[in-house]
Amino acid sequence: MRQFLFFVKKEFYHLVRDRQTFFILLCLPLALILIFGFALTNEVKNSRIAVLDNSKDKATRAIIDQLEASRYFDILEYIPSNDKLEATFRSGKIKLAVVFPPNFNQELLHTNTATIQLIGDASDPNTSNALINYATAVIMDYQAGFRNAAEIPLRINTEIRMLYNPQLKGSYNFVPGVMAMVLMLVCAIMTSISIAREKEIGTMEVILVSPIVPMRLVFAKMVPYFLMSVVNIGSILLLSVYVLDVPIQGNLVLLILECMMFTIASLALGLLISSISNSQQVAMLLSVVVLFLPTAMLSGFMFPVENMPAVLRFISHAVPARWFYTTVINIMIKGLGFEYVWKETLILAVMTVFFLAVSILNFKTRLE
Amino acid sequence: MKVISVRNLTKRFGSFTAVDNITFDIEQGEIFGFLGANGAGKTTAMRMLCGLSRPTSGEASVAGYDLYKNANRIKENIGYMSQKFSLYEDLTIRENIRFYGGIYGLSLSDIRSKTNLLVKKLKLEDSINSLVKSLPLGWKQKLALSVAMIHDPKIVFLDEPTGGVDPITRREFWTLIFEAADRGTTVFVTTHYMDEAEYCNRVAIMVDGQVEALDTTGVLKAKYAAKDMGEVFLQLARKAKRGDG
Repeated sequence: MRQFLFFVKKEFYHLVRDRQTFFILLCLPLALILIFGFALTNEVKNSRIAVLDNSKDKATRAIIDQLEASRYFDILEYIPSNDKLEATFRSGKIKLAVVFPPNFNQELLHTNTATIQLIGDASDPNTSNALINYATAVIMDYQAGFRNAAEIPLRINTEIRMLYNPQLKGSYNFVPGVMAMVLMLVCAIMTSISIAREKEIGTMEVILVSPIVPMRLVFAKMVPYFLMSVVNIGSILLLSVYVLDVPIQGNLVLLILECMMFTIASLALGLLISSISNSQQVAMLLSVVVLFLPTAMLSGFMFPVENMPAVLRFISHAVPARWFYTTVINIMIKGLGFEYVWKETLILAVMTVFFLAVSILNFKTRLE
Repeated sequence: MKVISVRNLTKRFGSFTAVDNITFDIEQGEIFGFLGANGAGKTTAMRMLCGLSRPTSGEASVAGYDLYKNANRIKENIGYMSQKFSLYEDLTIRENIRFYGGIYGLSLSDIRSKTNLLVKKLKLEDSINSLVKSLPLGWKQKLALSVAMIHDPKIVFLDEPTGGVDPITRREFWTLIFEAADRGTTVFVTTHYMDEAEYCNRVAIMVDGQVEALDTTGVLKAKYAAKDMGEVFLQLARKAKRGDG
């Protein structure tokens, strides 16, 4: 135990002496959260649209007012005629145009149907899709109010409710995603590099000649990165609650415990990588390709797992971040309890034990 | 008293026999030089004795313990300095000493007194709290040797410890080795500097994985009618079939 503490102390020296890396590791979650939160958002907020009103009557006025009043849209310009429409799109100033046909109100009153054309700039399909959905929702709103006033025969309406995230905020899914990425980065990549470094500079030989049990070295390496990850978990959660307004709906203790378990799984993976790489470069490359990319791409955070080709969907089962991501979404966003995440938790736990066991068995106590 | 005794020790890597059936004994307090060209098998032989590499066949006992049965007892009784510099450059001198003392299970008060003794001897008192990377190479090597012996091992293994060091520092380095031998520590050192071979009590010359000659430098020089160890070495090494590497 005393030997172990000597090791832990040494690891802290390494961590703190390398100021740049230390700083990067602590600021990384901050940077990622801010980048994903404010720059890389695909939410609709104050999007610029154009209106082409060929009717200019009471109904079109009301709908335009409602579009303008919603916080999703800013009406940038009123286009006088159809032939100006394309030029406006080409200028790139707008992503959506709302076109009212002539005699809109009359048709609506007399035939009970009227058509509004929504034109989206589909060079960015996700955004235009989102904008069209929002605009449709606003128009439906108007229709609902309008119908209550005039008495119209029964009609079936769809009512859409977005559960758990009524405002469709992007931050709800990237907070768990960023958490998975940061933990994987700090734990797996840093542990594997730091063990590979000992092999590179030759200190590993000396340690292997000493009577210390080599596994102590390995566990001692995990301690500082584990603590650092706990700090990072804290800062991500604080940022998400106080800066991004993403509330923690579920049990905070359960959430933190799940995060810690994922941390240990990542540490074990880092160890596994280090046992097969003899240089820092190899360790770095392996961790990025084998750990970091799948965490980002296959966890469901960037692309929904359900939409992946069968092969990738199959591979995603082996990515710990996938299970972690689901767990965090369930606890943090949906506010579900342990009874809803025990399956994911169990899978993660089994993975953790497996990775730890394989890497311990694989850890070479000799140089050959 | 024999502290190292090796019988028919062999190490193969696939079809390549790195160490071929070597046999020798080393007495306590001896400075035993292990000479050979690059690739002759010196480092592999030493690594087997330190427990870093498992022999393919043969017997050996180190510090009175069997290489196969009591590897851990051996580890407690030996010190090791590798070809690569083996201290942590981003730790201070004091932290390095404390760490290595710690993993050898020394008590805190032992570590403290050892540290004082060590820095005083190496005249490093003023830089005890500076990072090791700020030291000149020669000092680093002397520090590494002292740290390798911090737990007063019975035997210390030095794998080409003076590579890249200037002659004056090499001389000082050997003074440390003589002092250790005077205290009764057995020194097993590999080198390819022939002037260093002259400092050893006995030398073994390895050629192509085998011990080609083993005796005191005086006897070897007489036997091969050579004026120094360099000539002895050249006569033997010329027989080598393996190239460098």
